[in-house]
Formats: sequence, structure tokens, C-alpha cells
Amino acid sequence: MSDLEVEYAGLLRQRHRIARCFEWCCLIATSSALLFLAVLLAGVIWQAWGWLDLQFLTGFDSRRPSSAGLLAGIWGTFWLILFTTIFTVPVGVGAAIYLEEYSREDWFTRLIKLNLANLAGVPSIVYGMLGVTAFVRMFGMISAADGVTMVISLGFGTLEIPLPLGRCLLAGSFTLSLLILPVVIIASQEALRAVPPSIRHASYALGATDWQTIRHQVLPAAVPGIATGIILALSRAMGETAPLIMIGALTYLAFAPGSLNSPMDAIEDPQRVLDAPFDMFTSMPIQIFNWVGQPKADFQHVAAAGILVLLILLVAFNATAIVIRNRAQKRISW
Amino acid sequence: MSSASTSSMPLASTGASLCRTLSVQRLKEGLIRTGLFACAGVSILTTFGIVAVLFSNAVYDLSPASTSVNGQVQHNAAFFQQVSIREFVTETRWTPQFSEKHFGILPLVCGTLLVSGIAALIGIPIGLCSAIYLSEYSSPRIRAIIKPVLEVLAGIPTVVYGYFALVFVTPYVLRPFFHDLLGFDVSLFNAASAGIVVGVMIIPMISSLSEDVLRSVPRSLREAAYALGSTRFDVSTRVVVPAALSGIIASFLLAIARAMGETMAVTIAAGQMANVTANPFHSVATMTSYIVNVSLGDTEIGSIEEKSIYAVGLTLFLITLSMNIVSQFVLRRFREVYQ
Repeated sequence: MSDLEVEYAGLLRQRHRIARCFEWCCLIATSSALLFLAVLLAGVIWQAWGWLDLQFLTGFDSRRPSSAGLLAGIWGTFWLILFTTIFTVPVGVGAAIYLEEYSREDWFTRLIKLNLANLAGVPSIVYGMLGVTAFVRMFGMISAADGVTMVISLGFGTLEIPLPLGRCLLAGSFTLSLLILPVVIIASQEALRAVPPSIRHASYALGATDWQTIRHQVLPAAVPGIATGIILALSRAMGETAPLIMIGALTYLAFAPGSLNSPMDAIEDPQRVLDAPFDMFTSMPIQIFNWVGQPKADFQHVAAAGILVLLILLVAFNATAIVIRNRAQKRISW
Repeated sequence: MSSASTSSMPLASTGASLCRTLSVQRLKEGLIRTGLFACAGVSILTTFGIVAVLFSNAVYDLSPASTSVNGQVQHNAAFFQQVSIREFVTETRWTPQFSEKHFGILPLVCGTLLVSGIAALIGIPIGLCSAIYLSEYSSPRIRAIIKPVLEVLAGIPTVVYGYFALVFVTPYVLRPFFHDLLGFDVSLFNAASAGIVVGVMIIPMISSLSEDVLRSVPRSLREAAYALGSTRFDVSTRVVVPAALSGIIASFLLAIARAMGETMAVTIAAGQMANVTANPFHSVATMTSYIVNVSLGDTEIGSIEEKSIYAVGLTLFLITLSMNIVSQFVLRRFREVYQ
């Protein structure tokens, strides 16, 4: 072999060695992220072991770690997510339909699209500031000192709406809705875009109007995609803490919104259901935040138990989204 | 003839009724269209609301000139009507909660940069490497396992990351290594633990955005490089990554903007000492953690302390917004277009 060939063979070996090293680096990087997740879950389960019991799920918060419970947070999160869903779904899906089906490519549409991309990147705490001013204080149009209460009498109870809303659950829901709206709109747009144009053309050819086409052809086909996007956005809202703290969610609260402690209460006393949206509230992540900050060492275990409950709920949400997505992929074949 | 004329009568009447239903239909269509348009307008209103709230409380008061509290007329001056921008930018102390008040944003910006810098050091290499692994090396089967796991990592609430930093990262990783072994002074609340967990938090974002752009690089480029005798390393680092560079940089910028706006993990793990320091083992306050800590306390509405969070919020908003805009610009301006 000539010197040149020897040198070349050496270089080639070196290049392959570098390539192998790089592959290992990438593999290690990828698995380190997975390892972190495994350690996090194992650590939380280890800390929560023995603390996640029925008493924890059915009791209210306490100064003593052994009797602290998550019930106020569970109900708070339930109401928050319920109202957030009610506000977000129509507005988010409606906006997506307008942008995908109706709008022309004019400056206004471009502005909305640019705006959505930027809104999705605004830190959640800034939404909290918006929520405090817009919903809790209503821009100071009605000062808190001489606030009024709108009373609407329904058959089975009275709806008392304080104005300004104050630090109530509904203000929190409005804020969370604004927070996840960009995500919901973008996900719904993608779902609508995935519906092939031929379906719309067929519908128009049969004489259907714009809305009939959307209502009966496009929306049903896009529902799985939209539902997946909404569930994922809601699971994000569920873990959101900072904007709710800004709104004034209480870190320590020993009652559920509207004193509604079990579904039975709703049937026995419907008035409580009407009170709940305007009551003070806390939520699961806020209770966890409170426990993490407690000096007593045992509260770390309580926090871990709370985290475990929250993570189980989130996994359930995400699993639902994945099931919906997989089913839709199997069913639809165009 | 007569039969023809009688048969034309019902035709005409159906024609008329068809016209009528069409006009009702048209009205309905118009209403629906307007309603949907209003839904789309909510996003514009949100932006407008955010800008108005921050501007009105931080820069120039836009609310009705005065509000009466207990019969007393109270003027709500905005933050910069009470504190000069010069002090805000040049002062090096941030002490709105003390009796001697100083309003220099520098310590908070420093804290934010320190935490997001550590996060970038952790998140960017790992995120990019896993994106390269997923796009260039892994089999579809492994990809199908790893991607959902990364999504789970992205879906974990930030408060959980904060708990992990405080309860695991500081006592079991930082203290034994840096304190016992290397002799650094690691305080319970420190920037490093917060930075590490925020770095992990942005890994999924970087890897999924970067993987998308890496995969969109056409196969032909890779095949050409292999045909010239390149190894996978050469193909990845000399062909695919440069071709997708604009998208990768855009993903870095988005991730760092996300790290800067991250709130709960930092509030829990980094403490609340507003000081100018580059020591990652000291307690720092970031812009976001300051805002949360003020909201947790009982601050009087309209006080300078309460107004200061809007000035901090405006600074944070402007920084993250400009990073988002730059990332969109990079993506559009430097994108390689393939057929």
C-alpha cells in the first residue's frame, strides 16, 4: 500500500469514529430527556407514597400536613375547566371557521393570522394582568367600593352577578379562555384544512349554501381533529397557575366554590350551582404551589400527592385525545 | 295551450317561494358570517386589551382621570408618570417593597437572563441532538415511542417542574456535586436548579419544531451527500442542519422566549432576591417571579408597588414579542425553498 492509501484509510477510520461518537451523543441526548421524565415520575410517586389516600381526596386544606386535602382544588379546577370549555369552544371554533372557510386573503385576515402567532407566544402571566384589569376590575368602570349586584331570578334560585366581577371563579375562567384561545384556533384551523376541498365542491354542486356546507359536511369531518386540539389546550389550562394567582385565586381555601362539596349537593340545593361561578376559588396547581412553599417538611409529601392526582388527570385527558385521533384516522379514508 | 298555462302557474309560484326562502337563507348566512367574524375578532381584541392594560398602567394613565374611594378623589398615575424611565433603565437596585424604594429593572432582567441562559445551555444542545436523532437516525418504531414521551414532557404543568427543582435537583444533584465536591455555596433557592428544569421544559419544543424542519429537507440532498461518500455525521451536520438552519434558529428563539416567560418553576425554585449576579447558585428574582410575589401579597390597588408589576410586565412582553417577531422574520427571510 502506498503512503497515500495508508493515510486515507486512517482518515476514513477517523471519520467513521466521529460519526459513531455523534450517533451516541444524539442517542444519549434523546434518552436523557426520557430519563428525566422517568426520574421525575419516580420521584413524585416515591414522595407521594402513603399520602395519597381517600382522606386526601375528600378533605379540605389544613394547617396540619396529615389532614390536608385537595377537595377545594379539585372542585375549583372542575368549575374552571367547565366554564373555560363553554367560552372557548364556540369562539375558538367559530374563529377558525371564519379564517379557513370565509375569509379572503386580505390585510385583515393576514393581521389576524400574524396576531394569533404572536398571541400564542405571550407569557401566561401577561394574560393574568389582562384578566385582573379586564375581568376582576372591569377597567375600573365600576369601582369596587360602589359595586352593584345584578340579580336574575330563575325558577329554582337566583343568579347574583357582582359587577365588577371581583376575584371570582368566572374571572379566572375568562382569563384561561383567552389564554388557550390562540391554541384552539390554530388547532381547529389545521383540522379544517385537512378536510379535502372535493367534499366542499360536491356540497356546493348540490346547491348547498356556505353554512350548510360547513355545518353538514366540513365540521363533522373535522370534529375529531378539533376535539383533539381542544382537549390538549384544556389540559394546558388545567396546569396553568400563574394567571390564576394574578386573578386572585386563594392559596389557602377550606371550602369548594358555592360550598358544593359533592354532586349530591347540586341536586339538593340548586342555588349552590348558581353561586359557584361567582365564589372565591382555588385550583389544584395553586394548592400544590402553596404546599411546596410551606416550611413543614411533611408538606412536600402532600404536594407530591397533589401532583400525582393532577398528573393522573392530565394523562387521562391526553389519552382521550390520542384515542379520538387514532379512531378518526382509522375511520376516515379519503 | 290552456294546459300549458295552468302548468306554468305552480311553477311561477314555486319560483317566487324559492326566491323568498333564498332571501331568508341569505339573511341567515349573513348573520352567521358576521357572528363568526366577531369570533375571529376576539383575538384582535385580546391583543388590544393586553397592550392597553400594560400601557395604561405602566406608561400613561388612560382610565377616567380619577376614581373616588370613600369620597376621596384618588389619582391613579401610571408607573412611568411617577418613576423616570432613566431610573428604570440605569438604577441597579429593585426594592419597591422596602421603605427606601428603588426602581431599576436591571436585577430582574439579570435574573431572567441568568435562568433562561442556563435553560438554553441545557435545552438547546439536547433538543437539537434529539431532533437530529429522531429525523436522521431513529427507526419509525422508535420514533413512535419517543415522540409521545416528549409530548408528555411538554404537557407537565410548570408547577411540577418547580417542585422537582426544589425537592430533587437542588438537594440531590446540585448540593452533592457543587457544594460537597467542589465547594461552591449552593443556597436552597438558586438560579441553577430553576434553569435546569426550564431547560428540560423547552427540550420538547426545540426538538419537535427542529425535527419538522429537518424532515422537510428533501431526500435528494441527503442521497447526493451519501453518494459522495459522506458518513451520517457529515450528512447531518454539513448538509441537513445547514439547509434547515433558519427553522432551527427560529425554534431556539421561540424556546428562549418561552423560558423567559416561564413563571411558576422559577418562582418556586429561584427564590426572590433581586440582585445583579452571575452566580447560578445564588437566589435570584426574575421578572415573572417578581410579578407573582407581588400578586400573592396584599398590595393596595393603585399603589406604586402594584403599578410596578405592569412596568415589569410591559418589559417582559416587549422582550418576548420582539423575540417572536425576530423568529418569524428569520424563518421567512432565510428559508431555503425546495421544489
